[in-house]
Amino acid sequence: MITAEKERELRRFAADIRIECMKQFRAIGIGHVGGVMSICDLMACLYGEAMRVDPKDPHWEQRDRFIMSKGHAGPAMYAALALKGYFDPKELVTLNQPGTNLPSHTDRNRTPGVDMTTGSLGQGFSSGLGIALGCRMKKLQNDVYILLGDGECQEGQVWECAMFAPAKRLTNVIAFIDNNKLQLDGSVEDVSGVHDFGGKFREFGWQVIDVSDGNEVSQIMEAIHQAKEDREHPSMIILNTKKGKGCFFAEDVFNHNIPVAKEQAEQALAELTAYKDSL
Amino acid sequence: MENVILAKENGMEELEMRQVYAKTITGMIDEGEPVVALDADLMRAIGLLPYQKDYPDNILDCGIAEANMMGVAAGLSLEGFVPFPHSFAVFSSRRSIDQVFMSGAYAKLNIKVVGSDPGICAGLNGGTHQAFEDVALMRCVPGMTIVEPTDGAMVRDLTRQAAKTYGMFYIRMNRLKVERIYEEGSAFEIGKAVQLRDGQDATIIAAGREVIEALKAAEELRAKGIQVRVLDMFTIKPIDQEAIIRAAKETGAVITAENHNIIGGLGSAVAEVLAEHCPVPLERVGVQDEFGEVGPVSWLKERFGLSAEYIVQKTEKALLRKRT
Repeated sequence: MITAEKERELRRFAADIRIECMKQFRAIGIGHVGGVMSICDLMACLYGEAMRVDPKDPHWEQRDRFIMSKGHAGPAMYAALALKGYFDPKELVTLNQPGTNLPSHTDRNRTPGVDMTTGSLGQGFSSGLGIALGCRMKKLQNDVYILLGDGECQEGQVWECAMFAPAKRLTNVIAFIDNNKLQLDGSVEDVSGVHDFGGKFREFGWQVIDVSDGNEVSQIMEAIHQAKEDREHPSMIILNTKKGKGCFFAEDVFNHNIPVAKEQAEQALAELTAYKDSL
Repeated sequence: MENVILAKENGMEELEMRQVYAKTITGMIDEGEPVVALDADLMRAIGLLPYQKDYPDNILDCGIAEANMMGVAAGLSLEGFVPFPHSFAVFSSRRSIDQVFMSGAYAKLNIKVVGSDPGICAGLNGGTHQAFEDVALMRCVPGMTIVEPTDGAMVRDLTRQAAKTYGMFYIRMNRLKVERIYEEGSAFEIGKAVQLRDGQDATIIAAGREVIEALKAAEELRAKGIQVRVLDMFTIKPIDQEAIIRAAKETGAVITAENHNIIGGLGSAVAEVLAEHCPVPLERVGVQDEFGEVGPVSWLKERFGLSAEYIVQKTEKALLRKRT
């Protein structure tokens, strides 16, 4: 369990990440608001507590790795990285501008702290497993964190990974599904339902941990702690999240990739700041 | 660097290409190279299965899941390993092209994709397994080096060179016994064609299994009083522009021969160079935009017009065009 003080710190960090995401969207006027906002709490937990990383040395050999397999959530990762000191937060407003180091989908060759290039869904999962295999071959004592979208799990490659990781005993893998239940064209269940994520991964040999509120930092930290305890299986943490969480104009509406008007962004920023100050 | 010794005779080799490949891979592992051979349940087909138990870390079966295998290769590359993912050419290319493209090439990683049994070499596995499009797919991937080893000596040398050269490779390879073209110990320069014989009337540019057909065609043509130059264009990308331009200028006609669709492969690559630098009559021997069919290789090479006889015909056609 994390202390109350740590919990407050992570909540404030998550609020800061959302604020920086909103500034990125404000600058370019459009973005994957829904799937970015749903994972800000996870980003806060990983970069604020769980992962062993060194912002001054992004390629530190012993570090934990993180792969954003749902690559379109790049802005949430960029916000966390900038706030942790990987690069100047002033750079965040260059999101998707010509020549930027912060492209829509995460790119290892552009952004300090991004371990792998992603964007074509399902692929980050496999490269993460390859990294885990390589780390084990090098006898590193680290963990490899991988974040998938729930819609992403419609990709067949995800299920190739589901078989591969337990078969190769990749016990240094801690994966997450951002189970926000929506994809671009509608609800995941309606479009092509995966149904019970947990049951499926468990059947393949994963330790499955279900987080009832995946936007709650204490629950996320508890799940990561449990995942680290199990060194017999790879772990899959299912985060039941809300797409667009914390952004008044994106919750409960179509929010996959949407225009963001200046006024909307200003109001969202005011609300997020007030929320943060209340913590 | 280049030290090519042509074989005195072109007889059948003693070892299969896959045996040479497997020995080269394990040899590099023994020497401490961070090579990892990955497979998608075709380890037996590529000759690595007998070695798996002795190299449990460096020879890995990913199961029948090529997309994941390419992604795992990307991850291994990130950690400093040199992965050689293998499957039949159809699966190494078109089945997993997006993974090769994005997780490998776009991410600027270091993966040596091996595609075996290309084109008619797939023989009795039939049309579903005959890759006539793999080179075309790979040529469009920025930064991809494409090599097609001609015989065992070249498999050994190019496999080692690929391992030592950072970047994406596509190694297109027959698995079985082929006729010897080069002596053991030959060293090749990637991106530089090998001239197997000289002539002034025309140039045949061939790759892979078509090289031996080109040599046979050159012999037949010689009997008819026609002297052709033969180039082994084992590197299809980056193509040896200099050798192509020189051939066009010095012989005035070019014939390409490939075990691939004439669209997108060696013939297209040569045509691009000629059109931009030195247009001369060009004839392309290869699959004429068709799907493969089941049958023995000896039958398939006639069915798709890939035997020496067709190279002779196309050469004569090119010579007619050259004269008019």
